[in-house]
Amino acid sequence: MFHTALTLNDLLFLAKGAGVTLAITAIAVLFGTVLGTVFGALKAQASALAMAPLTFVLDVLRSVPLLIQLILANAFQSIAGLGWSPFIVACVMLSLYTSAYCTEIVRGGIEAVPAVTRRAARSLGMTWGQDMANVTLPMALRVALPGWIGLTLGVMKDTALVLWLGIIELLRSSQILVTRLQEPLFILILVGAIYFLISFPIARLGGRLEQRWREND
Amino acid sequence: MSVNKGEVVTIIGGSGSGKSTLLTCINGLEPIQGGKITVDGTVVHHPETDLNKLRQKIGIVFQQFNAFPHLTVLENVTLAPRKVLGMARDKADEIAIKQLSHVGLGDKLSVYPSRLSGGQQQRMAIARALAMSPDYMLFDEVTSALDPQLVGEVLDTLRLLAAEGMTMICVTHEMRFAREVSDRVAFFKDGHIHEIGTPAQIFEQPEKPETAAFLKVAH
Repeated sequence: MFHTALTLNDLLFLAKGAGVTLAITAIAVLFGTVLGTVFGALKAQASALAMAPLTFVLDVLRSVPLLIQLILANAFQSIAGLGWSPFIVACVMLSLYTSAYCTEIVRGGIEAVPAVTRRAARSLGMTWGQDMANVTLPMALRVALPGWIGLTLGVMKDTALVLWLGIIELLRSSQILVTRLQEPLFILILVGAIYFLISFPIARLGGRLEQRWREND
Repeated sequence: MSVNKGEVVTIIGGSGSGKSTLLTCINGLEPIQGGKITVDGTVVHHPETDLNKLRQKIGIVFQQFNAFPHLTVLENVTLAPRKVLGMARDKADEIAIKQLSHVGLGDKLSVYPSRLSGGQQQRMAIARALAMSPDYMLFDEVTSALDPQLVGEVLDTLRLLAAEGMTMICVTHEMRFAREVSDRVAFFKDGHIHEIGTPAQIFEQPEKPETAAFLKVAH
């Protein structure tokens, strides 16, 4: 007979952790995508030379392990006397981290839009901004979506690292329960299932959108 | 070379002779290194010229299909009037439906471009350019990428436009069409106008030997 010491309160505790994970992910993906779209559009348009400083910063964000970035950011904000909570540090650093990857996804999507189509839009009298908003970005979106979904799913799992800043998110919650209840396998399976459940809608959203676009082709 | 209102000028010549480039220079898509292009008194390549505004007056249709794939045929045609001219949706729809019917696509309004044949896509591109009520239309080898059986329907549309008095510059390999429709024909070679005259002059009595040689092969 299967028996567990897990109580309803423990499940609520895990749910609270899942809530923190979702909140950080949502904030990071929102700001990261907005910034990434701006940077990606810039990089697709401007010369490599003009973009060199930005490219350098984004490369650092993509190359240095996220854990190191989080810990150093926390230390520096403390030294600078900014007084940010660990949650704010986590959101800021994860937003920047997401934007670095999103920049390349957006840039790739924009560069996939045929030049002849953009020429046609400009020839109709549209400004660069109107072409971007009405023609290029919608077309780029279709190319960039799979990569962006992958990035979002990845960021959700990367949020687990914020436990090193003392934030009690889903993974840390599960560690606390394991320490107390000594049922590591069951709790890890349960937490894995929770991660799957909160990721599932995002993965399927991508599928649904692509299905809808495919019907138009 | 100058083109007057209501004139139809066709440009013929071999590949790489600069025909298509001329058209993209006229609407400012390509920069120029020397000389001057003016449209209604506006110098195209002057730094202070508002190219977006100028392009509202000049419609251009290219050889390659460039429909906006994420929009229906109707939306493709109403996009520029709504966004560039700030037209209200129903007024833009009215104009778009008129132009699309004019080119024979009145029954394809809610279809996506990927479902259209090449000839239909080119006719849609023509309607899309016309919806902006341009004063001048430039056609860059618009039938060259089409299957032979689809060429006729597009040329018919061009003939219709010419008969209605649109000022047109057409780069084309279709000699019969050029002969029939043009007021003047320009033969390009190595980036220069080698010879220019009426269709009768160019096709029947070309002055330069290179013109005659080209026509012999092209016919």
